[in-house]
Amino acid sequence: MVTYDRLIFELSQPGRSAYSLPKSNFPEYDLQSLQDLMRTETPCLPEVFETDVVRHYTNISQKNFGVETGFYPLGSCTMKYNPKINDEIVANPMFDAIHPLQPAFSIQGVLKLYHELQTMLSEISGLAEFTLNPYAGAHGELTGLMIMKAYHEQRGDYRRKKVIVPDSAHGTNPASTVVSGMEVVEIRSNMQGRVDLEQLKAILSDDIAGMMLTNPNTLGMFEPDICEITKLVHDAGGLMYYDGANLNAILGKVRPGDMGFDIMHINLHKTFSTPHGGGGPGSGPVGVKQPLVDFLPNPRVKCLDGHYYVQNEKDSIGRISAFFGNFKVWLRALVYIRTLGKENLACVGEYATLNANYVREALKGYYELPIAGFCMHECVFDGLKDQSTGIKTLDVAKRLLDYRMHAPTIYFPLLFHQAIMIEPTETESKQTLDEFIAIMIKIALEAKSDPESLRNAPHDTPVGRIDEVFAARQMILTYKDYLNQKFD
Amino acid sequence: MMFKYFPHTPDDLAKMQDALGIKELNDLFRDVPKDVFFQREYQLPSALSEAELRSYFEAIANENQKFVCFAGMGVYDHIDPAVVKALTSRQEFLTAYTPYQPEVSQGTLQYIFEFQSMIQTLTGMDAANASMYDGATATAEAAFMAEAITKRKRILISNTVNPNTVDTIKTYAYFKGLEVDMVPEHEGVTDTKALKEKLTEDIACLIVQKPNMYGVIEMIAPLSDLVHAQGGILIENADISTLGVLKTPREEGADIACGDCQSLGLPMAFGGPSVGYLATLKNYVRKLPGRIVGMSKDQLGRRAFVLTLQAREQHIRREKANSNICSNQSLMALAVTIYLATVGPEGLKKVNELSYQGAHYLMDRLEKTGYFQRAFAKPFLKEFVVRSMIPLPVLHEALFKNNLFGAIPVAPEDPDKENLVSFAVTEKRSKAEIDRLIEVLEGLSW
Repeated sequence: MVTYDRLIFELSQPGRSAYSLPKSNFPEYDLQSLQDLMRTETPCLPEVFETDVVRHYTNISQKNFGVETGFYPLGSCTMKYNPKINDEIVANPMFDAIHPLQPAFSIQGVLKLYHELQTMLSEISGLAEFTLNPYAGAHGELTGLMIMKAYHEQRGDYRRKKVIVPDSAHGTNPASTVVSGMEVVEIRSNMQGRVDLEQLKAILSDDIAGMMLTNPNTLGMFEPDICEITKLVHDAGGLMYYDGANLNAILGKVRPGDMGFDIMHINLHKTFSTPHGGGGPGSGPVGVKQPLVDFLPNPRVKCLDGHYYVQNEKDSIGRISAFFGNFKVWLRALVYIRTLGKENLACVGEYATLNANYVREALKGYYELPIAGFCMHECVFDGLKDQSTGIKTLDVAKRLLDYRMHAPTIYFPLLFHQAIMIEPTETESKQTLDEFIAIMIKIALEAKSDPESLRNAPHDTPVGRIDEVFAARQMILTYKDYLNQKFD
Repeated sequence: MMFKYFPHTPDDLAKMQDALGIKELNDLFRDVPKDVFFQREYQLPSALSEAELRSYFEAIANENQKFVCFAGMGVYDHIDPAVVKALTSRQEFLTAYTPYQPEVSQGTLQYIFEFQSMIQTLTGMDAANASMYDGATATAEAAFMAEAITKRKRILISNTVNPNTVDTIKTYAYFKGLEVDMVPEHEGVTDTKALKEKLTEDIACLIVQKPNMYGVIEMIAPLSDLVHAQGGILIENADISTLGVLKTPREEGADIACGDCQSLGLPMAFGGPSVGYLATLKNYVRKLPGRIVGMSKDQLGRRAFVLTLQAREQHIRREKANSNICSNQSLMALAVTIYLATVGPEGLKKVNELSYQGAHYLMDRLEKTGYFQRAFAKPFLKEFVVRSMIPLPVLHEALFKNNLFGAIPVAPEDPDKENLVSFAVTEKRSKAEIDRLIEVLEGLSW
């Protein structure tokens, strides 16, 4: 198979161009009058014509695997179908033309959309109010932790600087805690992958600002003691933070606010179907209970008698982003909620959970299931049941790519050495799941019969396994580096 | 009744429930405590059909007013080439996620490598990361880098940096426990004398902006020298589009370059999504937050790209990470990469030239009305500030009534700057549009 392997810079021919710009109206003004302030070298940008640009990016796009290419059971990422109508509605040229500093009277429409979505997220999560300003899940975590800290400080309680984070948490939880100026207290999971209540009681004291929890947790398990946990933390004077990464599992079944959480973020690119874009832009709205509303970041969007306006609050943690978040991302989430309506939104959690359990049940004879019982929206295995030929989770994942399926999340959570985390989402049919199950079983059998072919997988992808050590050692991070240290 | 995103037929449900030995789907939720189980309906509207969605959102879109834009302050109305939207809409780019499986993510990894390369050449720095959320947060992360590099906690910010950027840095800095000190301005640029007084051996960095919030092209090199003499880091927030013609941050002695890429043909879109950039010198690459893509080879020796230097990142370092950033603004970085490939070095220069010409024409015409005075006798490119003799409510009402947006007050709360307003002109503004703006202002009486 011959694959396209050029960089855009390698197509460059001096003198070619693909731009289309108006003629100069005012030739009497000469840019050269800025000469002393101008760069000495012309930037090394490609000189290509339009066909080159289009073919190049079309060709490299074909080396990617998207949700529309096939099954994408990447655990913890909720790779559900991204509806077309969402894209169509945000493509309205009116939305592109709005400058974020326009006065409120001229942007009543977008402010109304902001307000509508924040209100709906409040109902879905059981919290009082949301901000849509955070750009991503991790950004939402940071915002939420700032709110937690500001709350304690406003009460004059400066000692509370410790945040309890389970060892199964996403890496962003401890990182966000430190960036918000607080300290991490790690709590170990018990044998069922849940919070150990006795250990929690031992940790709680008057220097605890709060606790971050993903529920269902990253093992795909719901915390049955959740009400007890939130009560213990509250009684100790702390606040509960809900990491909304796994919210998809509980839509229609239980709300974070009702479980006792005070602050949460939602990954709209997961639960509310906005496309992941190869890693972003996402959107990470943050919601809070009533006593924390005034701490939400500026600017706030408010409504009075059907009139929408923008306001900065003095008790706010301040500004955490330039404007109103990723507007065209959160607008897609609003379209999704309106498309599903209350009746279908209520089914998301149960279908997602059904799909994950169906896969778990079918594969548990071939893959090591470390925790028994029903999982929620994702199931976690700890590698092959029979590891006698030395086949690792990495090999299984790579082999899946040969069968035109994306691999699950692997080697996370860290509690298991060979973790395989499978999240099918509700937008996959039984037929697709059956196909996936059949392939996973086939790979488990191949691990016995032909382990070598698994160790060298994938075979049918644009490139094979990549030398990561070479990348880290050579540090070729730009085209300039490449020209300077060309290798064979 | 079936719903279009759910494939579960009654037959599927029956078979799947049988496989799990359950009678109803709620049996899967046994771990949810009874007293918090959500029993009622969501208080939300019912489902809408596609036709209903279209008319609902079309009506709301029309509740906004579309202006001819003469505003800047961080967001600019540049021309967006048709190829950008067409190519970024490809599902392979749009619906993929983080390139965790590089063998099936070479498209994403390669364009990020190209993006990093383009940011490198525009800024003159050695390396850039895979992108940041926006310019404001990129600058805050740059300040964290300076803290990590210098192990110092005092951050100086010039008063000529965009106020939204300053506010964002202040929020981040306050919670991280960093001290922020503003450096006063003098005649539209950073006040060197005042800076000297604030420069002590405990400063982590100075943050400056070019062109600054008034559109003035500040001379950064002398500031770099002063900061370096105290062992500090110079962070330059630069409008990346203008770096097609202006001195690179590298040429001016910056250690970190950062900013927003919206000016590279991204729509204004109510401020987002945009994408930030962050670039630095080789020595500090390991302090860069976020993702970085490197070139490597596969088993057969074929060129391949992969996420690299991941030991810096939160998923490995957890509480020891210097930043909590996990994702990047990948798709917007792609848009910027395609934009730069489309305009090339000559087109980017032309964009700046046309913007420069339009802005200087508007400035001259405004001055000739007799109602406006140039605020600073300093060089500018596409954005500038004037003092308005027209009371601002009168000025703004006239503009809005004629579907024009501009004259943003630069510091409404500062009595000295009460009547200072900002205009920006890009290559998208025609002579007819500029002339109409002048005509509206000339006809004013109050």
